[in-house]
Amino acid sequence: MYVAVKGGEKAIDAAHEYLAEKRRGDAASPELSIAQIDGQLALAVDRVMAEGSLYDRELAALAIKQARGDLIEAIFLLRAHRTTLARFGTSLPLNMNAMRISRRISAAFKDIPGGQVLGPTFDYTHRLLDSSLLADQEPVRAASADVPLAASIPRVLELLGQEGLIEPAADDGQPAGDITEEPLDFPSTRDRRLQVLARGDEGFLLSLAYSTQRGYGRNHPFVGEIRFGCVPVSICPEELGFEIYIGEIEVTECEMINQFHGTADVPPQFTRGYGLVFGQLERKAMSMALVDRALRVAEFAEDQIGPAQDEEFVLSHCDNVQATGFVEHLKLPHYVDFQAELALLRTLRKERET
Amino acid sequence: MLLEVKGLNKRYEGQVACEDVSFDLWPGEVLAIVGESGSGKTSLLKCISTQLGFDSGTVHYKGADLGAMGEAAKRELMRTQWGFVHQDARDGLRMGVSAGANVGERLMAVGERHYGSIRQTAAEWMARVEIDPARMDESPRQFSGGMRQRLQIARNLVSRPQLIFMDEPTGGLDVSVQARLLDLLRGLVRDMGLAAIVVTHDLAVAKLLSSRIMVMQKGRVVEQGLTDQVLEDPQAAYSQLLVSSVLQV
Amino acid sequence: MTQINFAYLNEQTKRMIRRALLKAVAIPGYQVPFASREMPMPYGWGTGGVQVTAAILTPDDTLKVIDQGADDTTNAVSIRKFFARTAGVATTTETQKATIIQTRHRVPEHPLTEGQILVYQVPIPEPLRFLEPRETETRTMHALEEYGVMHVKLYEDIATHGHIATSYAYPAKVASRYVFDPSPIPKFDNPKLNHCAALQLFGAGREKRIYAVPPFTQVISLDFEDHPFEVQRWDTPCAICGSGTGYLDEIITDDAGTRMFVCSDTDHCATQAALKAGPNAA
Repeated sequence: MYVAVKGGEKAIDAAHEYLAEKRRGDAASPELSIAQIDGQLALAVDRVMAEGSLYDRELAALAIKQARGDLIEAIFLLRAHRTTLARFGTSLPLNMNAMRISRRISAAFKDIPGGQVLGPTFDYTHRLLDSSLLADQEPVRAASADVPLAASIPRVLELLGQEGLIEPAADDGQPAGDITEEPLDFPSTRDRRLQVLARGDEGFLLSLAYSTQRGYGRNHPFVGEIRFGCVPVSICPEELGFEIYIGEIEVTECEMINQFHGTADVPPQFTRGYGLVFGQLERKAMSMALVDRALRVAEFAEDQIGPAQDEEFVLSHCDNVQATGFVEHLKLPHYVDFQAELALLRTLRKERET
Repeated sequence: MLLEVKGLNKRYEGQVACEDVSFDLWPGEVLAIVGESGSGKTSLLKCISTQLGFDSGTVHYKGADLGAMGEAAKRELMRTQWGFVHQDARDGLRMGVSAGANVGERLMAVGERHYGSIRQTAAEWMARVEIDPARMDESPRQFSGGMRQRLQIARNLVSRPQLIFMDEPTGGLDVSVQARLLDLLRGLVRDMGLAAIVVTHDLAVAKLLSSRIMVMQKGRVVEQGLTDQVLEDPQAAYSQLLVSSVLQV
Repeated sequence: MTQINFAYLNEQTKRMIRRALLKAVAIPGYQVPFASREMPMPYGWGTGGVQVTAAILTPDDTLKVIDQGADDTTNAVSIRKFFARTAGVATTTETQKATIIQTRHRVPEHPLTEGQILVYQVPIPEPLRFLEPRETETRTMHALEEYGVMHVKLYEDIATHGHIATSYAYPAKVASRYVFDPSPIPKFDNPKLNHCAALQLFGAGREKRIYAVPPFTQVISLDFEDHPFEVQRWDTPCAICGSGTGYLDEIITDDAGTRMFVCSDTDHCATQAALKAGPNAA
């Protein structure tokens, strides 16, 4: 006599215990601390904060530890935690001119007021495995520049703007939407698109950005400026009516200069693509800027020829928490639907025989 | 009157597409709009058939102002009383479904729910446009260009529309295929008492199908009248040029 | 970290979801967009249903969770535990005792009654999605009641296979207006939705849509007059309880491919088995 399988609950508990054992790894090696992850895997923490859309280094590091280093799983953990948090305010727009700059480069001009500031970057390293890192290292103390950076560093695109050579970064005065409070609707608006891109999957946006460079919606990009550093965050509670500084966060901003455009009324000028993300994620900020520009196809009456220019396609598929959930849900039981398909297929085959 | 167009204007990015276009269309009448590419004839067709908005002017269908008509009512018109034959049949057909489903779609859209009778009607229409009904379960991808165009016509006519818009219906087809299609179209238009607006750069198509003709140049109507009269004795300089260029060939 | 709110979601979020639910009930079958949240289970694993349940749950409710008709499948266990932990509500496996039943892929066999709420987990709420991938276009099609293409699909099925080849997630029309996706339940369950006494709520988390079928509302599965809608049938009754009324799962019992068929609704199966055994059996 067949007995239906029971005990799913027990099996799940046992699986969780096994997972905990694997997470800890070899008990003989010391356990990773959250501080170590935060300090030494800082770019992983940055990515988890950016795509998890929650700026909290400690929680992001915790998520990475809990997820055994699976960053999409960690992003998911952070997002789920975010849901439980009550929203008690909205920050004022970040002032990028007030950034304490760690890195700032332009590929459009050789010399720029304020200078090219390389900062901590892999860009000029030779990608050779460094076996000296196999052993513990003496901490390195990097030398400081002889001359401190200027207190205020002008923005490269503003320099172009003085001549009217680039479209103004206009504030239309409309309050920005909020994709976490209102469902996305199509056609969308640029503010909402940028929000979706800011927490979109780095790999997906990278590939889309790459596709525009290969001809699937070219937009002739130049890196106007990338800057990375700390910006102050302030809120202005309605009941108080004045600004309160609540701390600072690290962000990377990328301003692309793109294909010029003109109309009967406006002489030709360069257009913009914009990227802004938590942490030091240049690849992501650049990809975001390229895709942002690609998605402005209707605004400039350009031909839509590549997937990166298709708003519904890009915005509906760039969130890795959504994507991984739906792909992985195929692991859930589908006995009932599969039974329905089996029965149908058998019927069709039987009828074909007769 | 079936259709009444008054003072229609349409601009794209500062460029004139149609300027002050007015004309009437009566039931059962076939009007050809001729002109070279860029003359605004296709834009005009799209404006009248509500596929494109226009800047000013009015279009009335059976007395109803299309500009004031809601989207639902317009789509209802499009799938019942109107037909639209695209130059490229792929734009007018569902290439992913069978020929029979293509013809049957309008019937299903208006609530026909009997599979057998949908098939029956689809088969009749396929025969009427000279496609073997035995091929109704095939995909239009397997059809030749001329067959696809005839299928597109059947798909439109199955709802027995009163007005049909055609955009270069014979464009891109071989000459012998064109002749057969024109012959078929002429017969259908006459038998069904269809009114039609045919956009074409080909005066031979206009001559064969239409009773009235409208010549367009740079978005303006330069001449309109009975087809035979205009083709035999064009008044406007541009019409004369058009007619003579054909005669020279 | 802060203490988690009753049923996980904070009250602002619940209010937002309840508003969407009220709208959904007012317009049966219409997909109401809502600002779906990330939940502690992955998208695609019932986040829509979980958010709906979280928004309607009260401390007095008794919750039942099923997946594939069964209370003990992994996902059902996980969701039931989640609410037992975050809301402390009573749980049950008995259909009749539950006030709220969250389900994935099945409608319980035992008829639902007034006052009960059935919450469906929905992966793709848009019945037109695989005919028209664009949301902008499908919303227009719903607004204008342009459903011809749906019948084109059914027509093609019959032309190709001789049958309507949709066996689950079978589209239906609600209250003579909206065509909707009843979620991937087998079409066997579609008739249970029609004039159901319980309130039926549908949550699609990833796609950010909520829709509803109010109690005693007409739900008609799409078909042709000469190819009417039919449900699955089996030649044999359930091998465990002997019932011939429920949906059956196929079980392969050995590597020679021997098969048997048993109820997918585990509660129904246990109830029927008990009935058959008679009052003295215990």
